[in-house]
Amino acid sequence: MSHATLLPKPSSLRGATLPKWFSSAVAAGSVALGLGISSAAGLHSDIQWGLIAAVLFVVLSYGISAKVEGSRQAKDRTATSLVWVAFLLAVVPLASLIWETVERGVKVLDVYFLTHSMGVVADTEPGGGIYHAILGTLEQVGLAALISVPVGVLTAIYLVEYGRGRLAKAVTFFVDVMTGIPSIVAGLFILSLWVLILKMGPSGFAGSMALSILMIPIVVRSTEEMLKLVPNELREASLALGVPKWRTILKVVLPTSVGGITTGVMLAVARITGETAPVLLLVWVTNYINTNPFKDPQASLPMYIYLQYMNSAGSGAAYDRAWAAALTLIAFIMILNLVAQGIARWKAPKTGR
Amino acid sequence: MAKRIDVSGLNAYYGSFLAIEDISMTVEPRSVTAFIGPSGCGKSTFLRTLNRMHEVTPGGRVEGKVMLDEENLYGAGIDPVAVRREVGMVFQRPNPFPTMSVYDNVAAGLRLNGKHKKSELDDVVEKSLKGANLWNEVKDRLNKPGSGLSGGQQQRLCIARAIAVEPNVLLMDEPCSALDPISTLAIEDLIGELKEQFTIVIVTHNMQQAARVSDRTAFFNLAAVGQPGKLIELDDTERIFSNPSVQATEDYISGRFG
Repeated sequence: MSHATLLPKPSSLRGATLPKWFSSAVAAGSVALGLGISSAAGLHSDIQWGLIAAVLFVVLSYGISAKVEGSRQAKDRTATSLVWVAFLLAVVPLASLIWETVERGVKVLDVYFLTHSMGVVADTEPGGGIYHAILGTLEQVGLAALISVPVGVLTAIYLVEYGRGRLAKAVTFFVDVMTGIPSIVAGLFILSLWVLILKMGPSGFAGSMALSILMIPIVVRSTEEMLKLVPNELREASLALGVPKWRTILKVVLPTSVGGITTGVMLAVARITGETAPVLLLVWVTNYINTNPFKDPQASLPMYIYLQYMNSAGSGAAYDRAWAAALTLIAFIMILNLVAQGIARWKAPKTGR
Repeated sequence: MAKRIDVSGLNAYYGSFLAIEDISMTVEPRSVTAFIGPSGCGKSTFLRTLNRMHEVTPGGRVEGKVMLDEENLYGAGIDPVAVRREVGMVFQRPNPFPTMSVYDNVAAGLRLNGKHKKSELDDVVEKSLKGANLWNEVKDRLNKPGSGLSGGQQQRLCIARAIAVEPNVLLMDEPCSALDPISTLAIEDLIGELKEQFTIVIVTHNMQQAARVSDRTAFFNLAAVGQPGKLIELDDTERIFSNPSVQATEDYISGRFG
């Protein structure tokens, strides 16, 4: 063997590298160029310059990097820049939605707004609030959760711990089908059963039943995934201690996965809180406070937003109330998500020493 | 407390696959019996048939007789849950319940079977942890999570959990394979002490370990992959490691296997 092969040149492991600030510089350059091109071409849109900048960013990163660093690094940079562009494309609408809602919503959002109903306020007048709608939404969603959580969790336990053979397959199939049911269809189903066949009037509870049709499959799916994550060794350890299977599930499997299950339930609640179609068909709406979810129409946040917006012609007051209610709804869902995260962290299996 | 196990004509299946065939052997009370043999020869499967854990695996079923003193574990009307209270098990990987503290882990077997008296539980927990040589290390952190202990401590915690329900037989499925030599030594010493009270069966891949801890050793083998595993011979450990009566055993022990 010759010396040359024994001591390879160190330079063979090194190549030309672009400095760390390269990507940020290209990004800044692309934005500047994008703005420049769009103003030079007289484009007045708010988005076109951004799209031009995004394309420039990807192309420039690839081009410069390919020249300096070689094709493998260039491909790597292209992939990275595409990920960034995709991320921004996803975040921009979300951020602008929240910005828009907060900006328009805070005008009338105060304690008075949260604690009063629309009982004596005409849609064209200022004042009034969403107390009746918050109450309605809380009751309807709470009842829906009360129905869905036991059914969903027990179904998931059956599927993971007991289900074998055809019945389990059939249940899985129907859960999948239920996941895809449009909310209006769930509403129509309860409408035909509850209102048209059983001759019951509109009520919060009727809405809850339709909402639980939407919620059950989500709860089943997420609970199933969480139960599958519980290691089999724990089940076996418990069974080997002479603990019956049902107690093993109750005392070992469920406590181990309760954090994840709660998160799943909270996300399902967040998902149905914004549903409008079943509420429109089954709960109707009212301007007054109705604390009884089993009798007479109730208000709800999604319906409130819709109606205030519909009636806002020529009146800034209703328009502002619609946005404030939308902000409340978003805040409610956000709080639910935070609570879910908190519970998941609190209940997570402990590893500390 | 310790009971004799008498196995005769035992076959175990996974679905239609015959995993172990026609095993007959006697496990003496108050002694340590080690199972050795190549991977896939059915040692663990056989061990799991001794407390009816084999049937927990989907498709698992067993034919034959396992006598625990006078009672056939596979007889009609036998409750597998009751069997597992008599025949405890320690697994290969330490598996303390992650949501429970050290104390709760040891008390789990009793508590999950409906015993709740605080003073009674305190006694059992202390006795079991002492029995597992873990008391001095954890007595100040009984309320800390069990999964915060080191691997060797976790395994001794699992042993404490298993002996807390006062079984007659203790099955150990490679209890040291995930542990370092020092923790292994601690467990081996413990096995030596536990055999005063329990009938112990241990599966191990470590032949020195089998030679160190066991009174009797059983060698399992399989003719080829896909064939059922069989018991080749069972004899006093000393004899197995010095002068086995079957050539295959000698080949395996001296490393001339395969």
